[in-house]
Amino acid sequence: MTNDTTKPRKKPGRATLIGTVAVAAVAAAGTSALLVNIFERKAESRNPFFRVVELDEKTEDPAVWGKNFPIQYDAYLRTTDMVRTRYGGSEAMPRTPTEADPRSIVARSKVETDPRLKTMWAGYPFSVDYRQKRGHAYMLEDQEQTRRVKEFNQPGTCLHCHASIVNPYTEAGDGDFLAGFDKLNRMSFQEARTHVQHPISCIDCHDPKTMQLRVTRPGFLEGIKALKASEGIADYDPNTMATRQEMRSYVCGQCHVEYYFKGPEKRVTYPWAKGLKIENILDYYEEVGFTDFVHAETGAKVLKAQHPEFEMWSQGIHARSGVSCTDCHMPYERVGAMKVTDHHVRSPMLNVNRACQTCHKWSEDELKARVETIQERTVELRNIALDALVDLVGDLKAARQAGRSDAELETPRSLQKRAQMMIDFIESENSAGFHAPQEAARILAQAIDTVRKAQNALKSTEPAVGTVQ
Amino acid sequence: MRPLTLYILLFGLAAGTAVGVGGYAFVYARGYSYLQNDPAACANCHVMQAHFDGWTKGSHRSAAGCNDCHAPPGTIDKYLVKAENGFWHSLKFTTGDFHEPIRIRQKNHDVTEQACRGCHREIVDAIDGTHGAAEPNSCVRCHDSVGHMR
Repeated sequence: MTNDTTKPRKKPGRATLIGTVAVAAVAAAGTSALLVNIFERKAESRNPFFRVVELDEKTEDPAVWGKNFPIQYDAYLRTTDMVRTRYGGSEAMPRTPTEADPRSIVARSKVETDPRLKTMWAGYPFSVDYRQKRGHAYMLEDQEQTRRVKEFNQPGTCLHCHASIVNPYTEAGDGDFLAGFDKLNRMSFQEARTHVQHPISCIDCHDPKTMQLRVTRPGFLEGIKALKASEGIADYDPNTMATRQEMRSYVCGQCHVEYYFKGPEKRVTYPWAKGLKIENILDYYEEVGFTDFVHAETGAKVLKAQHPEFEMWSQGIHARSGVSCTDCHMPYERVGAMKVTDHHVRSPMLNVNRACQTCHKWSEDELKARVETIQERTVELRNIALDALVDLVGDLKAARQAGRSDAELETPRSLQKRAQMMIDFIESENSAGFHAPQEAARILAQAIDTVRKAQNALKSTEPAVGTVQ
Repeated sequence: MRPLTLYILLFGLAAGTAVGVGGYAFVYARGYSYLQNDPAACANCHVMQAHFDGWTKGSHRSAAGCNDCHAPPGTIDKYLVKAENGFWHSLKFTTGDFHEPIRIRQKNHDVTEQACRGCHREIVDAIDGTHGAAEPNSCVRCHDSVGHMR
């Protein structure tokens, strides 16, 4: 045996040794990493949350809730995002801050983009300032800074929806929630503003002890009670009688609705006693004799729609199929082993996979195209209807200037009110028709027909032209 | 110490560590449960919890478990499919890199399609006849909630 033959055989042995150790080390490290990952997932699924702080009815600051629910809180904070979709949302528009309005970024002005809206709302603060909607994070600031509030007197009632209101109502009423509600409604917006601190917060939708969804807004509680009474259900209380899935829409319906401020006490009221359809709502306003303002150009007493998302959704196929607001606007997301409701409330168009694909097995592009087709058609119809309305306003204005009597103008004016409210119902509703496509088209067709009838009525009372003197 | 002894010793240590850690991980993750038929095992991987919950409410809960629809018949085929899916599931769920909501792959879709036909052959044979061969009929295209409700 010589060294010549043994040495070359030893070298590969050493390499194999090092190689084997290295492979085994990598395998062991990988397996340990997997083990830790499995451990973490098991821990996550075992404890969906950790109680770090005690929450009660006095806990208004969402940051405190965020200590127990960091994932939900992080998402909630992201409602500051400003992203446009094709027919909605808001891109950040730079603005030079002034002392009166410190905002350096605002949403695009809708009345400047489409002056027909100014004609529709002539004589009402909305014709002065009306912008695209931003996320929940901006609800209080944007309300405070809009010229509608700064240059016109607005009641404290606005804060029913623009602020976290559970604690301010309770405190203003010395423990009596409804007394506080009445008290703040009667204040001026500016005075009531000093009583609130946060935009919508956890406590407005959740019971702090059980995290159960709950309705806190008097406006919704009274509105849904009146609606259910019209359906033959007495003393309806969503907090004890609604299903969990219904609550996932009701909490949103607390604010995303049509409403008016009733009487001198400015009590926020949802006009649902006859039903949720536009005709039901128009009938309701007719019966109680409510109008929002006198149209500056035609002298007609007209209505301004708010943002009837809940009413429109109720007429659509998603509502009929039991799909709630939350299913699309706050879909479940997976965080590790946990299933969490996404508290970054936003357009489903920015989250097609989780918002739509859970039920619809088509590609994102296909689903987006379907939605945009619906919206494009609705917007086209809305444009036709708005043109018709502007036409009618012109005719009425001319008739008024020609000295036609109020009696002669009564019918066309009341038809203007109907047509205008119908168009506004679709214009002010956030979905460009998607919440109930056929209902939106039907309403706009009704509006166009109502304009036609108004113009006919105007013609029929016209002094005959060319009659022999 | 002779190099060969050192080699064996280190190899043994390395192999022993790998088997030990791997074995522990296998037991801790209840890996053995995947060799059985219990649908609850599929929810070990938390990603399947919703599907398992849906199955308990689905119309097939008393007739078929996960494996009846998602694994082919025949022991070898069954474990091959289970091994492949198990590998991808673990990889994707561990790295967190997957489409949400999760989607069935064509290969698994075909397995399920055959499983439908395995039990309902007598009914679907007649239906298939009317559609011809142009586009293969898919049971779950219409009956997509029989296995697990949403």
